[in-house]
Amino acid sequence: MSQSRNEVILVWMLRGMAIISGAIALVILLFLIWETLPFLQNIGLTRFFNDPSWHPVSEEFNLMPMLWGSLFVTAGSVLVATPLGILSAVFCHYYAPPALAKIYRSLIELLAGIPSVVYGFWGLVVLVPIIGRIHPPGPSLFAGILILTLMILPTIALVADATFANVSADYLRGATALGLGRWAMVRGVVFPAAKSGLLTGVILETGRAIGETMAVLMVCGNVVQVPKGVFEPVRTLTANIALEMAYAVGNHRAALFVSGLILMAMIVVLVIAAETINQGHLYD
Amino acid sequence: MKHLRLLAPLSIGLVACWLQSCGKPPEAATQSSDKLQGKLVLTGSSTVAPLAAEIAKRYESQHPGVRIDVQTGGSSRGVADARQGVADIGMVSRSLKDSEKDLQAFTIANDGVSVILNQDNPVKNLTDKQIVDIYTDKINNWKQVGGKDAPITVVNKAEGRSTLELFADHFKLKTTDIRADVVIGDNEQGIKTVAGNPNAIAYVSIGSGEYGATHNTPIKLLPIEGVDASIANVSNGKFPLSRPLNLVTKTTPTGLQKEFIDFARSKDVQDIVKEQYFVPVAK
Repeated sequence: MSQSRNEVILVWMLRGMAIISGAIALVILLFLIWETLPFLQNIGLTRFFNDPSWHPVSEEFNLMPMLWGSLFVTAGSVLVATPLGILSAVFCHYYAPPALAKIYRSLIELLAGIPSVVYGFWGLVVLVPIIGRIHPPGPSLFAGILILTLMILPTIALVADATFANVSADYLRGATALGLGRWAMVRGVVFPAAKSGLLTGVILETGRAIGETMAVLMVCGNVVQVPKGVFEPVRTLTANIALEMAYAVGNHRAALFVSGLILMAMIVVLVIAAETINQGHLYD
Repeated sequence: MKHLRLLAPLSIGLVACWLQSCGKPPEAATQSSDKLQGKLVLTGSSTVAPLAAEIAKRYESQHPGVRIDVQTGGSSRGVADARQGVADIGMVSRSLKDSEKDLQAFTIANDGVSVILNQDNPVKNLTDKQIVDIYTDKINNWKQVGGKDAPITVVNKAEGRSTLELFADHFKLKTTDIRADVVIGDNEQGIKTVAGNPNAIAYVSIGSGEYGATHNTPIKLLPIEGVDASIANVSNGKFPLSRPLNLVTKTTPTGLQKEFIDFARSKDVQDIVKEQYFVPVAK
């Protein structure tokens, strides 16, 4: 079958667009590497782990506190948001009356649409003073986890919801025919069938949590330290870049690009994990 | 709002320009644009650079034949480049030292830093020594300086910020010795943090501090060495925690160089100076 002229043009246009889209990611990656190269040559990677602290103006470049900060905030919020999101999706799908489920879904979508700086501002003027009264100073790992939980909750709730909608109706009918109760069906049939979708949801929310900057910057306190408790301030990699980029020159600036490269590496690992999980087809 | 405040005078200026050029006879118009052609290079202080860049942008929009290149690299680069003639104008965020008196300095704005507390904090006065001890964690309860029995929340600025530089410089503090409970980015974040925490102490650009205190934010500005923290005291030179932002040249400025320096010191750019929380030079 010969393609029409128009179709050939369309196909080439689509190819072009695809190349451009892919190239953008590549260009950004190359740019990051290019900006960090002089630093890695002059100062070396080991300084990021062995320096006494992070005082880039006095040439001290220990990035570990920021790495821990990012990991703690991300892990904490994912641990809280995942059960909340999945269980609320279960409620919405298997327990709630359809009208309520519809309202609930639009509320979650609304939550997803609020700009992050609004969450941060609310956290700074409302949440942080409340925490400060209970356990001073207020801006802390705890505040960061709470705000981030709010922000990633819609991601996991909506993905879980879509995954449950995909579970084959045959499974559910079979479970009902066996006389299983609702919770037994959800636990024994729906969860195993939806496993890969739910894991994808967790990976997506983790990616969002790692990259979040503005809100975390406003509520976490940003002190460079490895926190000993949940009420101590932390600084994340993203906040580190946002705080110092405007005034950084020379090695300081290059060190911030290294923070960016580390973040990018984390996201790459997550994307690979998501792709690997999605290889297992559960619905056929 | 911010944009409006910036845009309104700008557009009025542009319209005025356009009307003027229309009103003039054609030859005069070409003559004036011929006179203002060429390129200016400014290098130096990263504190002055954003301000200079904004002023340069407005200057370029009024004189389409002129290109102004603003590069950062620190005050010492500003001095060195102006001396060697690499740059037409150097930017220096301090007074010139005695060894630099061969250069000419033109102050385009002043920068001040004020220490702020929450309005509910009964402390009215802190000595320089007390402020240093609070920031190095030798004093960590308000009781020790005549306040309530409550731990002090020390708010510090992120590394590299010029406000931190000025603050540390005045109090002879090493930035590595500061023990902070909260680290902030911009002044607004510092003001919000202190407004929400009655036990916090912070320092911010005096422009934003005074704006907050006079616009219903529950903060107060502390005097330094007995001098009230106010924009007025910065512009008359009485406030100790301040510094001039200078443009420096090797010789007496001429031509385009002079035109731009005059413009940067004129009333036409005071809105830009205030926008960046610097204090305009008194005229």
